[in-house]
Amino acid sequence: MSARTRELFALIPVALLVTAGFTAVLITNSEELGNLSVLYGGYFLALCVATHIVIRIRLPDADPFLFPLVALLAAFGMVMLYRLDEDLARNQANLFVLGLVLFSATIIFLRDYDVLERYRYVIALVGIGLLLLPRLPGLGKTTNEAFLSVDLGPITFQPTELAKICIVVFLASYLNERREVLVVGARTIAGIVLPPLKHLGPLLVIWGAAMILLVFIRDLGSSVMFFGAFLALIYVATARISFVVIGLGMFLAGAWFFAQTVPHIQDRFDIWLDPFESSEGSGYQLAQSVFAQADGGLFGRGLGDSLVQLPGPASNCPPGVSFPDCDAILPAPHTDFIYAVIVDELGLFGGAAVVLIYALIAERGFKTAILAEDGFSKLLATGLTAIFALQAFVIIGGVTRVIPLTGVTLPFISYGGSSIVANFILLALLLMISDKSRRRVRVQLSEEAA
Amino acid sequence: MNNQIIKLFGFLVVLYALLFGFTSYWSVFDADSLEANIANKRPLLEEQQIDRGDILAADGSVIARSVPRGEGDDKVFVRRYPEGSLYGNPIGYSFVQQGQVGFELEHNDELVGEKTEFLTVLDELQGHAQVGNKVQSSLDPDAQRAAVEGLGGQRGAVVAIVPSTGEVRAMVSIPEYDPNDVPDELARLNTEDTAPLFNRATQAGYQPGSTMKVVTATAAIDSGEYTPDDTVSGRSPKEISGVPLQNAGGEQFGDIPLTEALTNSVNTVWAEVGENLGKDTMYKYMERFGFDQKPRLDYPGFQLATSGVFEGNRLLTADDSIDIGRVAIGQERLNVTPLQMAEVAAAVANDGELMEPRLWSKVIDPDGREEELDPQRQSRVMSEDTAATLNDMMQSVVAEGTGTAAALSGIDVAGKTGTAEIDIEGGVNQAWFIGFAPADDPEIAVAATVERTSGFGGTVAGPIAKAVMEAILQKEGEG
Repeated sequence: MSARTRELFALIPVALLVTAGFTAVLITNSEELGNLSVLYGGYFLALCVATHIVIRIRLPDADPFLFPLVALLAAFGMVMLYRLDEDLARNQANLFVLGLVLFSATIIFLRDYDVLERYRYVIALVGIGLLLLPRLPGLGKTTNEAFLSVDLGPITFQPTELAKICIVVFLASYLNERREVLVVGARTIAGIVLPPLKHLGPLLVIWGAAMILLVFIRDLGSSVMFFGAFLALIYVATARISFVVIGLGMFLAGAWFFAQTVPHIQDRFDIWLDPFESSEGSGYQLAQSVFAQADGGLFGRGLGDSLVQLPGPASNCPPGVSFPDCDAILPAPHTDFIYAVIVDELGLFGGAAVVLIYALIAERGFKTAILAEDGFSKLLATGLTAIFALQAFVIIGGVTRVIPLTGVTLPFISYGGSSIVANFILLALLLMISDKSRRRVRVQLSEEAA
Repeated sequence: MNNQIIKLFGFLVVLYALLFGFTSYWSVFDADSLEANIANKRPLLEEQQIDRGDILAADGSVIARSVPRGEGDDKVFVRRYPEGSLYGNPIGYSFVQQGQVGFELEHNDELVGEKTEFLTVLDELQGHAQVGNKVQSSLDPDAQRAAVEGLGGQRGAVVAIVPSTGEVRAMVSIPEYDPNDVPDELARLNTEDTAPLFNRATQAGYQPGSTMKVVTATAAIDSGEYTPDDTVSGRSPKEISGVPLQNAGGEQFGDIPLTEALTNSVNTVWAEVGENLGKDTMYKYMERFGFDQKPRLDYPGFQLATSGVFEGNRLLTADDSIDIGRVAIGQERLNVTPLQMAEVAAAVANDGELMEPRLWSKVIDPDGREEELDPQRQSRVMSEDTAATLNDMMQSVVAEGTGTAAALSGIDVAGKTGTAEIDIEGGVNQAWFIGFAPADDPEIAVAATVERTSGFGGTVAGPIAKAVMEAILQKEGEG
């Protein structure tokens, strides 16, 4: 069975799951059951098949599991959003169409991703520019005191989502070129292996950029994500764990310093350590998050059966604002805290399933990196996979109190266009790398057979 | 580089294992304590959507009902108490913001129709909404009214129990509060000097005074150490535990039989009897009556006080240094609840057997099926013979002794008065009456007490108990 046929078959259970999920929500919400859920399931399957055809034509040898796994995450997200609010689900569906269009465009127009290596400094500048965009007066918009999004009239988008791809492309390219000298020129001082000073400069710049993210943009989540991907890449490129230890030490020192001096970051730490102390005030979100998870238990309350909206006729919403932007028991149930809603409704099993899907995607991503032949492809696949997997860790970890809560999206599940579009482009790049390396392996095998 | 990529994946798996671990902790292992967290309003918000069942009085009249607010998905139910303050303390209240207390809290599961997990799943599959059960309380509106009127605004409490079943027919604590006021005025009710939210019937630790002599007499006769005709000197003062003890008003008695000593409530006689019986025997009988433990009432534990001898908050045992002679006449550091003293009267009335007190008598599910109270024995306090003897002795208290104010026309009443001196110089007393009627076939046992009065047990508390017994016995006669 070819890789593409496997992919196609893997999409069928995903479509069935979406249908079942919508059916469950419909039963709970309306008691009467039309053919609506089958329609949604069919629509979803049609979109997936269309994308599958693009992959089949352009990337016939690409990994067969990545796309179905992503579709599964999307299915989770769509059902949960539909359960929260119909309009949200409709918007999200449109955003998925947009995401899939850009995914296809990336595959079709970017014939060879090696081209990215040539423009790495341009890409790096674009990435940094994107990161700083939200601080521009008149453009930037703050969420929870962090400068996360850009307001362009009809649409707002979060530039960090796109920036993460730019930064990873740059790092992969830069480290691929310099990894030899970083290792060869390294000196051991007091038992610690240090990279040569003249090559250390650019790395310090990256560290500085992460710190700027932390303080200037006040976005702890993105900062952790970027720096984590950077450390992952430098480790894979140089095989020097000491570089990682030094980097981590510098990052923690910086984070500690700013946690002491920047009130916004300090608050985040205090809430993390004890959300119940101020469960009516700043700790409210996190306290409600764990209460929602406790409410779910092992098997969950069932789709549509958990308490997400304050009951009662009296709405506390200001005019023009409606659930889930207000009146939500757990704030931001469709974005930051969607994982807590999943655990509430589908229980520990649902939550574990989500984490498992991310782990499987990471496994396929790293597998792609291992199969890749050249250093750039390896580092690019590693970096893209690492930053994607870390993003999921940062937000789920925040919601479950493993780490301080920071506002990054749960890839492919939570509501929001920038995240969907950026992650579909990320997926397109991964599949392109995968196609190239697996084609080589297939050709080699057939030559040997011949 | 492949080696590093594999290690990197391994590290990521560890991170994800942490996510799984924390999710398991919140959703399963720590779930119970999170659900009980005071900041977690989810359980209450959900219960607000359930049509909480009515609470009925013994005659079927409504004590508490739920009224809907809003429509459709937004519909919630709010609690209303049509009789206002009449059942304030025993029934308590149930509101989302203010929480629950009393009967509302104790019987919450029945009132919201809480079922087993399996039945809940069945209901959900059939599309049934969760509906609460009606719970009928044993409280009788006429007895409640008689108690409120009898107390007439004086701070104190009344508890009336059916001796043979333990059903509580009346429980009143004055000052009372109107549970309808709780949503708006909880802060005020909480801070008021008169403590209206404090259920004096179950929470107040009062000096029992001479009503304790019923316990002492039970111990004396049931242990076989004394008979009602044995004589003990009633001279005053008499050394008890090395300290001279006076009779009320310094009155002198000669060698008098125990029946007469109870009728006239002679302190020096009963203190000597208590001292002779000793701590172990006294404690044995006190414990049989229910002292030294939380009353077994269907009521929240934090609203039930233990009766016994206390040093501060510490409950003393027979091993501690206690002046048992003075305990025997209701002094020393003895603190009792009105509920406990009603149980003492009820145990004598029920041929020496104490029944567990109950505030509920029936649960009626939405389909009309009924589950009735199955009365539970708490302990055999004394033999039937002892109980009959005590009954006779207590009858003469009401017939010719300190308790004549509790006498009913045409019905024999058995009882005992008590006047604990709280502030001797200021003449401030804790007035008590405990008793039951009709003496030959008791239908109701009562304890009535008034705080900080200048009057005496017989004259202040006696008439209150009489009114409550009358209200209940009249009803029995009609029915």
